Amino acid sequence: MRLNQVGESVRVLMLGWEFPPFISGGLGTACYGLTKAMDQMGIHVTFVLPKAIQSEYATHVNLLNPNSRTARPSYRIDELKNVEFRAIASPLEPYTTPESYRQRIEETIRRKQSKHGGLSNSQVVAGTDYSRDMYTEVHRYAALAVELAQNEDFDLVHAHDWMTYPAGIAVATIMGKPLVVHVHSTEFDRSGEHVNQMIYDIERQGMERANKVIAVSHFTRGIIISRYGITGDKVEVVHNGVEHNGAAELSLSDTGIRSDEKIVLFLGRITMQKGPEYFLYAAKKVLEVMDNVKFVMVGSGDMMHRAIELAAQLGIGHKVLFTGFLRGQDVQKIYRMADLYVMPSVSEPFGIAPLEALGNDVPVIISKQSGVSEVLMHALKVDFWDVQEIANKVVAVLKYPPLQMTLKSHGNFEVRKLRWKDSAEKCAKIYEEMLVSV
Amino acid sequence: MPSVCFYFQVHQPLRLRHYTVFDSNHQYFDDFKNASVCRKVANKCYLPANRLILELIRRFEGRFKVAYSITGVLLEQLQHYSPEVLSTFDALAETGCVEFLGETYYHSLSFLYSRNEFVTQINKHCDTIAQLFGQKPRVFRNTELIYNNELATLIEAMGQFDGIITEGADHILGRRSPNFLYKPKNCRHVKLLLKNYSLSDDIAFRFSNRDWPEWPLTAEKFAKWISDVNGNGNVVNLFMDYETFGEHQWEDTGIFNFVRHLPEKILAHPDNNFKTPSEVIESYRPVDTVDVPHIISWADTERDLSAWLGNAMQSSAIHELYRLEKQIKSTGDAKIISDWRKLQASDHFYYMCTKYFADGDVHKYFNPYDSPYDSYINFMNVLNNLQRRCSKPTHGGERLTPPQSAAPVGLQTIS
Repeated sequence: MRLNQVGESVRVLMLGWEFPPFISGGLGTACYGLTKAMDQMGIHVTFVLPKAIQSEYATHVNLLNPNSRTARPSYRIDELKNVEFRAIASPLEPYTTPESYRQRIEETIRRKQSKHGGLSNSQVVAGTDYSRDMYTEVHRYAALAVELAQNEDFDLVHAHDWMTYPAGIAVATIMGKPLVVHVHSTEFDRSGEHVNQMIYDIERQGMERANKVIAVSHFTRGIIISRYGITGDKVEVVHNGVEHNGAAELSLSDTGIRSDEKIVLFLGRITMQKGPEYFLYAAKKVLEVMDNVKFVMVGSGDMMHRAIELAAQLGIGHKVLFTGFLRGQDVQKIYRMADLYVMPSVSEPFGIAPLEALGNDVPVIISKQSGVSEVLMHALKVDFWDVQEIANKVVAVLKYPPLQMTLKSHGNFEVRKLRWKDSAEKCAKIYEEMLVSV
Repeated sequence: MPSVCFYFQVHQPLRLRHYTVFDSNHQYFDDFKNASVCRKVANKCYLPANRLILELIRRFEGRFKVAYSITGVLLEQLQHYSPEVLSTFDALAETGCVEFLGETYYHSLSFLYSRNEFVTQINKHCDTIAQLFGQKPRVFRNTELIYNNELATLIEAMGQFDGIITEGADHILGRRSPNFLYKPKNCRHVKLLLKNYSLSDDIAFRFSNRDWPEWPLTAEKFAKWISDVNGNGNVVNLFMDYETFGEHQWEDTGIFNFVRHLPEKILAHPDNNFKTPSEVIESYRPVDTVDVPHIISWADTERDLSAWLGNAMQSSAIHELYRLEKQIKSTGDAKIISDWRKLQASDHFYYMCTKYFADGDVHKYFNPYDSPYDSYINFMNVLNNLQRRCSKPTHGGERLTPPQSAAPVGLQTIS
C-alpha cells in the first residue's frame, strides 16, 4: 500500500480517454493496464473520461449511485475495487484531428436536425453542450473537469495525452494539487514535421506546467527534451507493460486463407505514423522471391484508401487483405493465424501491439524508431524506411523455421517479464517523490 | 618449483558482410571491416605485445618463454592487412623461446561434425606454421579448447602430437589440481595440459575490474600467487586470448606494464621458471589420468558447447553447413571449398548465441551484429547462396528451380 503524507492511500484523479471495451488504440490499452495495476497496489483512482453517449456503458459497467451529491454519472467496474469512473459528456476521442472532429460534430448536428425538424444550429449545439471546434471543446472539457474535481478527494492529477492537459492544468491549479502529464505520443509522432501548432502548444504547456512528465520510452523522452524544451530531470521514463490473456480458439474457416499460406500481419491504425506504405513496399519485395504468403492489414485510418490503392498499384492486391478495425476475440484470432507481425512505424512512442503479438506466440519485426524496441531484445529490428531489409527479414522468418522458433520462445518469455505492475510501481514512486517535495 | 606456461590464442574471425536474400554475388566477407579490425587490433595489441614479449625474451636471455596458437584465418588476414605483425612473430620464432601450437586452420568446430575435415584442417594449419615459422607444432589445441576422450584418441592417432591443451574444468578434475601434467584416458603417448582458469582469468578478465577485491593486480602480487603453488604443483598453465593485452584490457589499465614486470617478479623466486608446453611435457611425468566422456570447452561458466550450439538457430545452421560437405567437395572448385571452410569458423555460431543476450555481456561485446537473429539470417542467406553455387552446372545458364513451397531450410532458390 502506498501512503501519502497524511498516511492514507494515494488518491489519483486520472484524466484519461478511453477504457475497454471501447478502445480504438494503444492509449486505452495503456490506461487500462496501468489503472488495473494501480488498483491492485491499493492506489485509489478516480478515472475521468469523456463520453458522448452514456447509455453505451450501461450494459458493460455497473452504474453506481447515480443520485449522488455530485449528480454526475459514476461507474465502477467489478474487477477494479479502488477505481471509480466519472464520465463527462463530451464528444472528444483520441486519435482525432481537428478536421475529423469538425466533420463528426457537423454530422451529429445534421442527424439531430433531421430528427428534431426545424431547430436551428445554435439550439442544437446549446442543447448538447458540444462545441463545434475541437480546441473550444478541449477547454470546455477542462471547465467541466474543474467543476467535477471540486467534489472529489485526491492528492494529485495524472493526465494522459494532450486533450486532457488543459483539464489537468486547470484542475491542478484551482485545487492546488501537483500535476503529472503522461506522454503516450506527441504531435511529432502523429504528424511528422507537419505539426499542428495549437496541439503542439497545448502539449508544451502541459509539460511545462506539470511537476513531472512521464514518457513511455527513452525515444519519447528524447523528443520531449529536444522538441518541447523540457529539462531532462523532470522527465521520467515508464515503459508500458502488457496484459497476459488466455488463448482464443482459432478457426480458419471463414478467412479465405489456406493453411499452407504464410501470413504476415500489420496491425495498427493505418495512418502516416504507422508506416503502412513501407509494409506494402516490403510485401512487394517478399513476393518477388516467395509465393505462398498473404499480407493482412488490420486496422483503419486516414491512409486506408491510399494503402488499398497502393497495393493495387504494386500489383499485389490479391496478396493483401484489409480487415478493417478488429477488437477482442477477433484480434486474438488474427494473432493465432499469423506467422509474423511487422510494425514499420515511422515514429512510435511505445507500441504495445508487438508485445501482444509475442504474447500470442507471433514473432515480430519492429522499427528501430519505436519505444518498444528499447524493451524487446528478442525481436527483429529494422529502420522503417529500409524496405529491402524488412523484406529480407520477413523472408528469413518464413523460410528458416529455427529462427521463427527461437524468436517465439525467447520473445514470449521476455514479454512475460514486462508487467504493468512494474509500470504502476514506477508511477507510484514518482507520485511519492512528488508529494514529499510539494 | 612451479613452471609458468603461457599460451596465447591469436585469432580474428572473417566477418560476413550484410548479405540479404536479394543478394546473389559470391562476395560473402566484409573485407573493409575485416581489414580495419585487423589493423586496429594489430596496432593496439599484436604489435606492442609482440615487441614487449621479444624485449622480455632478450632481457632474460632465454629464461622467459611463451607459446602461441595463431589461426589460419588470422594468418591470412595478417598477410593481407598487417604483414608487419607476421614479421614480428617471425622474429619471436627465431628466439627459440617461442612455441607454436597446432589447431584447425579455420578455427572450426569440425571435430564435432566431420572427422575428415577436422584432420584436413589440422594438417593445413601445421603445414602453414612450419612454412612461416620453421617449426612443426607438437602440441594441439582445439577450437575453444573443446575436448573429450575421443578427441585425445584421434589426436594421438595422428601421430605428430605429444600433447593437448584444454580447460581445467572443475567437473573433470574433481578435487585434483590443474597444476600438474595429466594423461588422457585411453592414450599411451599424448599428455594433457590443463588451464588454470582461476589465475588465467585474473589476468584475462579481472585485471581491470575495480570491483574485484584484488584490484589493482600487480606483478608482485601475481608472482606471489604463482610461488604459492610451490610444493603443490609442477606447472601453472596460463592460457588466454592474446587480445587480452591492449584490446580486451586497454593499455591504460596498465596491462603492458604488468606483463613487463611479471617475469622478473616470478623469476625472483629461485624455484620458479618459464616453460613452453612441449618443455612441460618433457620435464614432468603425468600424475593421473583424466577421463572426459562428455565434451568440455573454455566458454562461459558452463564450460560446454552452449555458446555455439545452445539454440535451434545455431544447431540448424551448423548442421546445414556440414550437410553440404560432400556436395561442396565434389565441385572441386577451390573457391567454393574455401568459402565453405571459412563459414565453419566458430565465431559465426557464437554470434547467434541468445544466452545472456538480454543482459548485454561479453557475448555482445564481441558481436558485430545487433542481435543473434541478424547473424543467423545473414549466415543462412550466405549458406543458401553457397549451396546454389554447388548445384549450378559447370557451363551454361543458371539452373531453374521450381518455386519453393514450405521447403525445408536451405532449399529455396532465388534466381
